Amino acid sequence: MGMFILRRVGVMLLTAFCLTFIVFFMTNLYPNLEKLAKTQGNFRMSDEAVVSYLTREGYMAPLPVKYGRWLGVLPNHVTTNDEGVTTGKCIREGVNTAETAPRYCGVLQGEWGYSSVFKDDAGSIIAKRLGLTGWLALLAFAVMIPAALIIGVLAGMREGSRMDRTLSTFSIASSATPEYVSGVIFIAVFASSAFGLKWFKGSATSAMEDFTWANITLPVATIALYGVGYVARMTRASMAEVMTAQYVRTARLKGVSFGNIVVKHALRNALIAPFTVIMLQFPYLLTGVVITETLFNYKGFGWMLVQAASNNDIDLLLGGSVVAVIVVLVTQLISDVGYVFLNPRIRIS
Amino acid sequence: MEPLTWTGALGTLLNPLFALAVLGLILTVAGYLLVSAYENVQAAFSTTTSGAVTMSAPHSESLARFILPTAVATLGLGMIYLLAGIVTPYGTAGILGELGVRFLPVWIALAVTFFLSITYKRKLGLYGKLFDSPIGMFGFAIVMFWVFTAIFVAMDLIITHDPLGQVSGMKNKLPGTPLSGAEDGDYTHYLLGGDNLARDVFSRMVKGSQVVLVIAPAATLFAFMVGITLGLPAGYFGGKLDTIISFMANLVLAFPVILLFFLLVTPEIRAAGIAIPGTEYIWRVPTILASILFLFPLVFLVVLFDSRYFTQPPKRNLYVGLTILIGGYIYLGMAWDADPFGLISIDGGVLIVFVSVVFVNSPTVFRIVRGLVLDIKTRDYVAAGQTRGEGPWYIMLWEILPNARGPLIVDFCLRIGYTIILLGTLGFFGLGLSSESPDWGTTINAGRRLLSIYPHPAIVPAIALMSLVLGLNLLADGLREESLKD
Repeated sequence: MGMFILRRVGVMLLTAFCLTFIVFFMTNLYPNLEKLAKTQGNFRMSDEAVVSYLTREGYMAPLPVKYGRWLGVLPNHVTTNDEGVTTGKCIREGVNTAETAPRYCGVLQGEWGYSSVFKDDAGSIIAKRLGLTGWLALLAFAVMIPAALIIGVLAGMREGSRMDRTLSTFSIASSATPEYVSGVIFIAVFASSAFGLKWFKGSATSAMEDFTWANITLPVATIALYGVGYVARMTRASMAEVMTAQYVRTARLKGVSFGNIVVKHALRNALIAPFTVIMLQFPYLLTGVVITETLFNYKGFGWMLVQAASNNDIDLLLGGSVVAVIVVLVTQLISDVGYVFLNPRIRIS
Repeated sequence: MEPLTWTGALGTLLNPLFALAVLGLILTVAGYLLVSAYENVQAAFSTTTSGAVTMSAPHSESLARFILPTAVATLGLGMIYLLAGIVTPYGTAGILGELGVRFLPVWIALAVTFFLSITYKRKLGLYGKLFDSPIGMFGFAIVMFWVFTAIFVAMDLIITHDPLGQVSGMKNKLPGTPLSGAEDGDYTHYLLGGDNLARDVFSRMVKGSQVVLVIAPAATLFAFMVGITLGLPAGYFGGKLDTIISFMANLVLAFPVILLFFLLVTPEIRAAGIAIPGTEYIWRVPTILASILFLFPLVFLVVLFDSRYFTQPPKRNLYVGLTILIGGYIYLGMAWDADPFGLISIDGGVLIVFVSVVFVNSPTVFRIVRGLVLDIKTRDYVAAGQTRGEGPWYIMLWEILPNARGPLIVDFCLRIGYTIILLGTLGFFGLGLSSESPDWGTTINAGRRLLSIYPHPAIVPAIALMSLVLGLNLLADGLREESLKD
């Protein structure tokens, strides 16, 4: 077990390294840098001026060197301008000077860079937005998982029954409704003047300070709906498989009541597979969060990614991407380790 | 011209009946689910052992008997709404009736398809068996509805107005508004209203089905070619090859899809590339990806024919030669935009969308194929093939692959649906396709800004997209059920 976890962590670190490098490469492509130079300098910059700006700021260094600096394993790039003032990523006026500033200044030292859109430290923006999204995701999971498990177990405990067909059709329909469809329909029906219901608000901006029934219901329902179907179908498949297992048949033949079979014998084994699926929902949840936050104008992590991407905010996009990738990888790790841990057949051998 | 109402004169008669049927349906289904769930839970906590196996559920069963009749009544009345317009004069049956008239060619084509398929269903293999499953049939009907719509729109049949044409005075107009300044020969109404640029929502929606139904299946097919070409050897040979390809697939899978789109489908990425020294040519990122990904179908087909016919060189040379000639021609045009005759080329925006969708989908297909191969290669017939001295590629492509077709066909249907959702996501963020494009994602994006005042421009494509994906999912479910029955 220890060896297994160690190996998984090793693979995860390697994956994280490769992925962050790819993200770094893609955000630091020359056209992005050119755009950055022009937004920082002026839009009529000549090609030579762009190159000289980028060289001065250290953007023209070879990619592995730039990546090393960003990661914090290579000394940071500093520039001295004509007046002899030295500037660099970690040199802040009033805090330290070129001499006292740390030489290494990267993600490993907790320096995420500077957001050119929000004019603030990228690390603190990411932390704040992540917190906002955490609440939204938590609420969505709190709705989605119990609903999906109940639907899946009810459908799977008697495969092929009418109950199963009705609930399965519902799951199929829900997994055919992406967030931008359900969100649009929810807003139109429950929040627009066209239908006149106006039960909820079509914007969740106010939910950032304070959740109310009116402003958070629609975003949460939008995120949860798409995920429910998938998790429910997985639970159903797992439950249906367990119900045909030999030990369930034995229990039936012994005369255990159907309810006891479901609750005491089948459920524990049937919930192992959905656990993995739920953990693997995180990458999809991120997509859902980005769409929902954009649609409902909830300024969380997803909204931040959209802003960073559309405004060529390299440091923020990079930081956000790394956080997203790490969240996904950690959930995958938990899912793998959890599966082994929950499954006695693997755990004991 | 008078504005059209949703159901027209017909509605005064039908609406109460329809409302009654829908209410009945909702009540019976909800009631059935609740009662049945209650009875199941009650059974779960009761300690009696009697009747444990048969589990009679009297109340829910008596409710369940009403589900089918109410569903049939609802569907039947719904059909009357849609089809009445064909026989009544223009406008009597309202917007729904006139929509039904516009879709007349589709109804006819659907009726013919179903008639022929059901008549000959015993001779049609898995496709025929689909018509034994009501769910599968329903899904198939929805999918074919959109397929026929896309085909007939290409023949200029269903569409009422120019999907890009703006008519002054029609901005954000509600469904059924008469066309302002209509001349002879113009269609007199905007059936589903106008969008914020005064274009006809209905025409854009049906035109959009074309974009979606061309890109999504093609991208899925390419993803399957990539996944199969890599998954077969990874599963069959295993070892280092498998480790390397699996690691790369996991890399792509660990990448949040939305992030990949934001990084890949931007104008900056499309402009970036590797300058080839000594020439003016810049190898752009979309072209790099396309030239790698589009190579897989070519490799797949060449290996497919070569492994089968290498003992008959004339035949082999013919097939492989034809593949390289035709495939290479299409490959040059699609990936490199270098078709010598200038016939095949893909717009830059469409290409990057296509490529990124293929890129996102292929690792999943790879994992499915690899898993299937790992299972199938332990079978006796594979061992028999190996003993006979068959080559590894022959065994993979002509022994293992045909036996893995069931799950692959089911996943293909599901994956088209997922690809449609991905395309919609791209459109929703305004990535890739031009903002004028009538595809559903882009239209939803354009309509969502005024959602709380004028919801119709966004709702129409949203429902279209949902129905098509739902149809594909139901079709996949029906196929799975029927293929498991063997």
